[in-house]
Amino acid sequence: MPYHEPFDLGRAREIIADLAHLEGATLPMLHALQRAFGHVPDAAVPLVAEALNMSRAEVHGCLTFYHDFHRQPAGRHVLKLCRAEACQSVGADRLHAQVLAELGVDWHGTTTDGRVTAEPVFCLGLCACGPAALLDDAPLARLDADAVRAALAEAA
Amino acid sequence: MTTTLFVPRDMMAVALGADRVAAALAEGARRRGVDVRIVRTGSRGLQWLEPLVEVATPQGRIGYGPVRPADVGVLLDAGLLHGGAHTLRIGRPEDMPYLARQTRLTFARCGITDPLSLDDYRAHGGLVGLERALAMAPEAVVACIKLSGLRGRGGAGFPTGIKWATVLTAQADRKYVVCNADEGDSGTFAERRLMEGDPFCLIEGMAIGGIAVGASKGFVYLRSEYPIAAEIFGRAIEVAREAGVLGVSVLGSGRAFDIELRIGAGAYICGEETSMLESLEGRRAIVRAKPPIPALHGLFGKPTLVNNVMSFAAVPWILTHGGQAYADFGMGRSRGTLPIQLAGNVARGGLIEVAFGITLREVIDDFGGGTLSGRKVRAVQVGGPLGAYFPAHMLDLPVDYEALAAAQGLLGHGGIVVFDDSVDMARQARFAFEFCAIESCGKCTPCRIGATRGMETVDKIIVGNQRARNLEIAQDLCELMTDGSLCAMGGLTPLPVQSALRHFAEDFERPPLLAAAE
Repeated sequence: MPYHEPFDLGRAREIIADLAHLEGATLPMLHALQRAFGHVPDAAVPLVAEALNMSRAEVHGCLTFYHDFHRQPAGRHVLKLCRAEACQSVGADRLHAQVLAELGVDWHGTTTDGRVTAEPVFCLGLCACGPAALLDDAPLARLDADAVRAALAEAA
Repeated sequence: MTTTLFVPRDMMAVALGADRVAAALAEGARRRGVDVRIVRTGSRGLQWLEPLVEVATPQGRIGYGPVRPADVGVLLDAGLLHGGAHTLRIGRPEDMPYLARQTRLTFARCGITDPLSLDDYRAHGGLVGLERALAMAPEAVVACIKLSGLRGRGGAGFPTGIKWATVLTAQADRKYVVCNADEGDSGTFAERRLMEGDPFCLIEGMAIGGIAVGASKGFVYLRSEYPIAAEIFGRAIEVAREAGVLGVSVLGSGRAFDIELRIGAGAYICGEETSMLESLEGRRAIVRAKPPIPALHGLFGKPTLVNNVMSFAAVPWILTHGGQAYADFGMGRSRGTLPIQLAGNVARGGLIEVAFGITLREVIDDFGGGTLSGRKVRAVQVGGPLGAYFPAHMLDLPVDYEALAAAQGLLGHGGIVVFDDSVDMARQARFAFEFCAIESCGKCTPCRIGATRGMETVDKIIVGNQRARNLEIAQDLCELMTDGSLCAMGGLTPLPVQSALRHFAEDFERPPLLAAAE
């Protein structure tokens, strides 16, 4: 299970400083912050802006443009279900309706116990054995509702 | 004596349990007191056989698949370590028609070598192309690429050699090489598979590009949905650096080239080269207007060679064997080979690298064995979410840039997604608009607003609300998006929509109640 440390300004500054030497470092910084804290809180935005000599609006724009970044903590596990055409051709839409209903969430929603966030993803490159998903960093293929349940149970 | 086993670490194989199979093999061998070495390879691309386990024997490598973790004990008892008989035994993989019928140039090593062993890479013909390129004048390298007839494999099909020549002749204090590995099209996985299975091939291709155009820094922009590719490719860069393949003196030539891996953040639009450059520069991935073209004014305003993974990965073979040898494959203006990715509702999906000119039917029937569900093929989408849907009676179309364009479709990245007769094409048309609405960068109005209006319009058509009028509006929107969008996202979204309307009109005329009940 992915562990996330609580947000800390000093730690955030360290993470940002470590990457400041890169050309065009915005995305690497946002990724690193999210890896550490599980999300990129608004408090981190001015730090990134200052390090990169960008405006806060520009960093905020970046943070909100890309689907990967969370501004609020997500669930302990993120389940990315592939909604793209190849998975549709083997019944992904029906599977998703069932999984979301069982979790009691809509897309981007987190279960009430904070365990799972369900997100749509458009293609995982597992198109010859859909329906596919990514549970945290673990790829899953040829899914049905039982297999999703089993994977979530195993992840605990 | 140590027995060598090969288990793929390809993401698709891992998704089907390859890690657990590898662990079970190691444990099973240990318990039997046998010494084994397990090499984690890429995938051969025979999807229905994954996880495909291979064992080195005096008769060559013998494959078993698909192997589940629970099968491992039985397989070991059946003598898997000596190539023993079992119902899962498939013999030598390269003898299977699926592989024997292919022409593997780019994917020659994938699934065979250890992706992180440079010795293995060299032993299978690697680095010869780079050595040749280093001994040639830059103009001669570019001429070789021109002669090969290679066209951009990312979808646009632009002649690669002309792009290289443009960057070579551009004057600047620094230039960049950028590899677009933002493989977002549904039904495609060739880039992922190459970066996981033969990462040095891409590194070598990019290094040749850098040497040829005079750039010392390369970026690979890889999508975040491919965590295993990121790990393997990142490690491969380190290995290449340690061995002097990358760095201040490439293979001791005194010429510098290095690569940095960058990870995207879930934006499909970054497959478009100018928005990818914006993203690399650290901004929102908003499409740039062209001209200026990236070859002259690209990353950080410098001349930039932007190519797709598959284009760069074709380069080492071309330099090794010569441009003419590559051009000898293919048809018309589509030269060389194309790694076709067969996916969706298909019995035997996978990676099929063949010369241009094979028909869709040959791919789907001969290689694919029909649908997975066993029902009839009804629609085939070629070229990803911006590609056209073709009906079953059009499957004699050859896989070729011009032939597919003439049929109002596109080849794109070579992905083929099969749908059986349960597909509702009105829903697929709606999805095309929905996808565009979600992934549009928002810069131009036809794409940003058109996609949302298109989705609403198809919704009305589906429920039977003023159907004739709304069909007309949908067509009108499609024309406007085609003509008025800044890039292919908005400009090509009409392709799947209009092809669905053209070839599957009956799906837009269902009785409203029936459509609503579904």
